[in-house]
Amino acid sequence: MKLALRRDLVCQQVVELVTDYLEGTLRGSARRRLERHLAGCPLCTEYLAQMRETIRLAGRVTPEDLTPQMRDDLTDLYRRWRAEG
Amino acid sequence: MEPDAELLRRLRAGDEQAFVVLVERYNGSMLRLAASFVPSRAVAEEVVQDTWLAVLRGLPAFEGRASLRTWMFTILVNRARTTGTREQRTIPVADAGPVVDASRFGPDGAWSAPPEHWIEEAEDRIEAEKLGGVLRVAIDGLPGRQRDVVLLRDVEGMSSAEVCDVLSISEANQRVLLHRGRGKLRQVLETELGSRGSR
Repeated sequence: MKLALRRDLVCQQVVELVTDYLEGTLRGSARRRLERHLAGCPLCTEYLAQMRETIRLAGRVTPEDLTPQMRDDLTDLYRRWRAEG
Repeated sequence: MEPDAELLRRLRAGDEQAFVVLVERYNGSMLRLAASFVPSRAVAEEVVQDTWLAVLRGLPAFEGRASLRTWMFTILVNRARTTGTREQRTIPVADAGPVVDASRFGPDGAWSAPPEHWIEEAEDRIEAEKLGGVLRVAIDGLPGRQRDVVLLRDVEGMSSAEVCDVLSISEANQRVLLHRGRGKLRQVLETELGSRGSR
């Protein structure tokens, strides 16, 4: 983002930097500019909190349960593999 | 939960129960990931079964330089890619749109339609089950590469380095895909739970 190097970030730029920020790849002055914006902007602070909550909720999505059929198929597969030798 | 490394040891010792535990732990995630590459559920199941067999056959040669999980998912993705019809080894391009619709900002780049509040609603126990379903559908609806990254990072809980290994993509690319994918999920939650929602 070359735009406005010396100026403060605007909200529309901030939302595009949130992942870099959360991933820890936004460093030095870029990080400080973002944090300065967040300190003065409750809306972007809310947005950031929502991204964190989104990540947390995605982490609670459970993979589908193993059906008895699949379990049997895979147990068979294991036994056939053992028999291979 | 028994660590993967311990299951690996038992598996190598010929312990069938260790295989069952491993299957219970990863089969669901593998199926979901495979489904993102191949045209049907039945084909996804085949790819996952092939993967389990390849894992068993590969055990003697597995040196443990990657974690067991990374190794297994890498096998899965390679098989799914070979089988799948999705655009194969093209350079991944994320959709170029902004993560929040431009219409929600004024000409000065400040929010004109700010994020609606929904975090409290999401933490409400009554909503929890419904939310799981909503998110599952939303993740399945993401464009392929975004879905892969979100599944591995946020649902399966892998590190960015593991995800890059499994999908053979760069860190930078992984981040862009994650950014788009997570942004869409946030929007779905806002639409579902936000104060201006249809509840």
